[in-house]
Amino acid sequence: MAENFKYTPQDFKSDQEVRWCPGCGDHAVLSAVQRALPEISDALNYDIERYVFVSGIGCSSRFPYYVNTFGFHGIHGRASAISTGVKVANPKLSVWQITGDGDALAIGGNHFIHAVRRNIDINILLFNNEIYGLTKGQYSPTSKLGSITKTSPFGTVEHPFRPGELVIGAQGKFFARSIDVDVKLTSEIMIEAAKHDGTSVVEILQNCVIYNDKTHSLVIDKEYREDRTIVLRHGEKMIFGKNRDKGLILSGISLKVVTIGQGGFSMDDILTHDAFEANPGVHMMLANMAYPEFPVALGVIRNVKDSTYDDNVRDQVLEVMKTAKIKSVDDLLNSGETWEIK
Amino acid sequence: MDKKAKAIERDDVVIRFSGDSGDGMQLTGTLFSDASALFGNSVSTFPDYPSEIRAPQGTVAGVSGFQVNIGSSKVHTPGDYCDVLVAMNPAALKANVKWVKPGGMIIVDNDTFNEKGLLRAGFKTNNPVEELKIEDYKVIFAKITELTKESLKDSGLDNKSVLRSKNMFALGMVYYIFSRPLNFTEKYFETKFKKKPEIVEANKKVLRDGFNYAGNIQAIPNTYQISPASNTPKGIYRNINGNTAVAWGLIAASEKSGLPLFCGSYPITPATEILIELAKRKDLGVKTLQVEDEIAGICTAIGASFAGNFAVTTTSGPGLSLKSEAMGLAVITELPLVIVDVQRGGPSTGLPTKTEQSDLFQVLFGRNGECPMIVIAASTPSNCFDYAFIAGKLTMEHMTPVVLLTDGYIANGTEPWKVPSMKDYPSINPPIVAEGTTGFMSYARDEKRLARSWAFPGKKGIMHRVGGLEKDFLKGSVSHDPINHQRMTDIRAAKVERVQEFIPQQEVFGDNEGDLLVIGWGGTYGHLLTAVQEMRDNGKSVTLCQFNYLNPLPKNVKEILGSYKKIVVCELNMGQFANYLRMNFQEYNYLQFNKVQGLPFTVVELVEKFNQILESK
Repeated sequence: MAENFKYTPQDFKSDQEVRWCPGCGDHAVLSAVQRALPEISDALNYDIERYVFVSGIGCSSRFPYYVNTFGFHGIHGRASAISTGVKVANPKLSVWQITGDGDALAIGGNHFIHAVRRNIDINILLFNNEIYGLTKGQYSPTSKLGSITKTSPFGTVEHPFRPGELVIGAQGKFFARSIDVDVKLTSEIMIEAAKHDGTSVVEILQNCVIYNDKTHSLVIDKEYREDRTIVLRHGEKMIFGKNRDKGLILSGISLKVVTIGQGGFSMDDILTHDAFEANPGVHMMLANMAYPEFPVALGVIRNVKDSTYDDNVRDQVLEVMKTAKIKSVDDLLNSGETWEIK
Repeated sequence: MDKKAKAIERDDVVIRFSGDSGDGMQLTGTLFSDASALFGNSVSTFPDYPSEIRAPQGTVAGVSGFQVNIGSSKVHTPGDYCDVLVAMNPAALKANVKWVKPGGMIIVDNDTFNEKGLLRAGFKTNNPVEELKIEDYKVIFAKITELTKESLKDSGLDNKSVLRSKNMFALGMVYYIFSRPLNFTEKYFETKFKKKPEIVEANKKVLRDGFNYAGNIQAIPNTYQISPASNTPKGIYRNINGNTAVAWGLIAASEKSGLPLFCGSYPITPATEILIELAKRKDLGVKTLQVEDEIAGICTAIGASFAGNFAVTTTSGPGLSLKSEAMGLAVITELPLVIVDVQRGGPSTGLPTKTEQSDLFQVLFGRNGECPMIVIAASTPSNCFDYAFIAGKLTMEHMTPVVLLTDGYIANGTEPWKVPSMKDYPSINPPIVAEGTTGFMSYARDEKRLARSWAFPGKKGIMHRVGGLEKDFLKGSVSHDPINHQRMTDIRAAKVERVQEFIPQQEVFGDNEGDLLVIGWGGTYGHLLTAVQEMRDNGKSVTLCQFNYLNPLPKNVKEILGSYKKIVVCELNMGQFANYLRMNFQEYNYLQFNKVQGLPFTVVELVEKFNQILESK
């Protein structure tokens, strides 16, 4: 990148007309992404050509058409596999996978958990609106038990996935959560995700205005947000609430919400967030916190260093090549048992 | 002692090794083939595995076989029936006796023919010879187990290791019968067990003792002399099987194109060995990903192709079914991709270890939408190398995926191969877009091949987006325009048809006209050629036309089809290629010869069928 040249959000807008429904949460996420990319480019010294956006199928998967980068709009559920191929083929690329709760956790569940397990260095933005929007309103693997949808007219009878639990269960090293309407937080998290080497999963609670409107309202609407969510930042106390007077403590082996200054609890008792802790115990509990018992955790919940799949693939090849006796196809063809007919 | 068994001179002879799947019959057969190839014979082999890894010991289900045909002139098949059968236990005898020529020689390990062994193999009496009605065969009951023990009693090896060596005793006997020198195999022991001299010595001793025993017992009715082939072209040779040849051909295409090879795959019989071989080849920079499933195999490959690697995925029929949707994605994104399908018996799990040619329709038509693909088929173990290379060349230069068909028979079969030199192979020039190209449009194409260009992410000035939605015919952006869809559908078809200009004309073996045209494709080549050759030697007007290019078909096919009185299409399926020809060239009458038994054709049945056709009106 040229010296002192800085990208602007405008550079990441494509010439395609954005076709999501008016009021859809995806618009805000797109803004957040276009806002974050210049900052990432700046922080990591990336040229715009380095970005590849890969998606599967669903409303959110239209995303690659709207960012002015290289893009691959794949088939349903397979975005993690396509991203894996892109990254291993050229580890220099900054690969961003855009996926939804259906694409990543239903039809693509297998690829998703294996990408996470391998810790391939891709960034996955998982738009969770708890519904199938593109096919017009069927329940998804994250729909709340009892959800009434077109294919569950009497309510769903199955337990939903909690994406954070799934990611950490699959040995995920980076998990964060944001909400569509908080553009600033989403871009802040994206920058952390980009800096993290390994699979970064960012769940974005997103509203489908047509088929599942207000599914996250009770948690994220402005009037409740401060009391019903907590933004976690590494090294900071786990406090939340309009008056910043509520906090999380460890009570026995569980988390508990307390009010600072009440019941003998002081700021000293409040947990400090350690996103770098390898032990997933507290991260799992934080990721699983749900309203009304707990505030929903936002921010980077887990951010742990480990070797990445793409590095390992590349390093192993280089290592073997260093001492290899076979250096060309001709060498290969003449290796092993051969004989000559004169 | 002095009485030497009579030596019979033969042009070719077939031997089958069989035993329990733990008896080491594949190794025994391979050593015999290698020794024969080194001796200068033409060789063709075929292993016959059970699908169970270790079926109960001593049962017919657990019998593993290895057949080899050696000749003093070129042999094209492992042979229908064997002259000599080695059966290490009663089950092996029972399972394989049907493959012995009437009156042939059978060597059995007498020590396994006890009550328990006979019972396990399902014999009802204690006289297997009578029960199998092989009184007219030359059955030699040799005390292979006992003599191996005796041979190694001072070796210091434990009992298990001693018993494991009995296949080498049997091999020694066979070497005597076929007048093979022992030195090639002895050298093999020395290299293989370099660090274990006691094992080298033990194996050498057992081999020699087996050889001497066969020479001494006077029970061997005759020995065979098969002189080295005299017309073999000079050069360096090696043995190769189809799966290894595919792996190497793909690597060769990668080297010629200058692009790294990427293989996304999932293990599946009988294709796994390609992945195994590619995984070894990190020395040549090959990236292999054993991913979570078949779909991930092809999707990682598509991602890698988008990012600028030469990408391949390897599978067999059931895996191909799972890849179908993604194959369509490769077609619409117009990215290079080789899909190797090593066919096996189907449908569903079918016959995993057995051969068949029944995936043809699946690769031609088994996708949603109008979704044409280039389809080629290899026809011998060694030309798997060439067709894998060609698949790579076609996919990268024409920017559309290619299916390479092989089958369980050529994948596992081996033959000696004159080692080629890469300087004799053509260059591969994919239409890669240069960095900073101005006015780049992702779906603009060259007139000659109708190929779009390949624009790697990371390069300046060529940012673009591809995907599974229909594309604008130039810009590559999403288009739902009806006329555009028609246009793109037409162009994808025309692009595959255009490949006709870049492939060789179809050749025939025989005459340019005549009574009977035998048509085959892919791995049936050896058997069809042998049968046709045999008939021609007997003065019959029979010609073989074996296809390697299936879609598009070569230009001159129509001309060939019209030049013979009768046409018979022979396939290891129920008539898929015959129907494909009917669809394309309706004016001809196609007779069919089909077989779906998980086995290759036999030359005998082919000759019989062709004679019938020639005689009928």
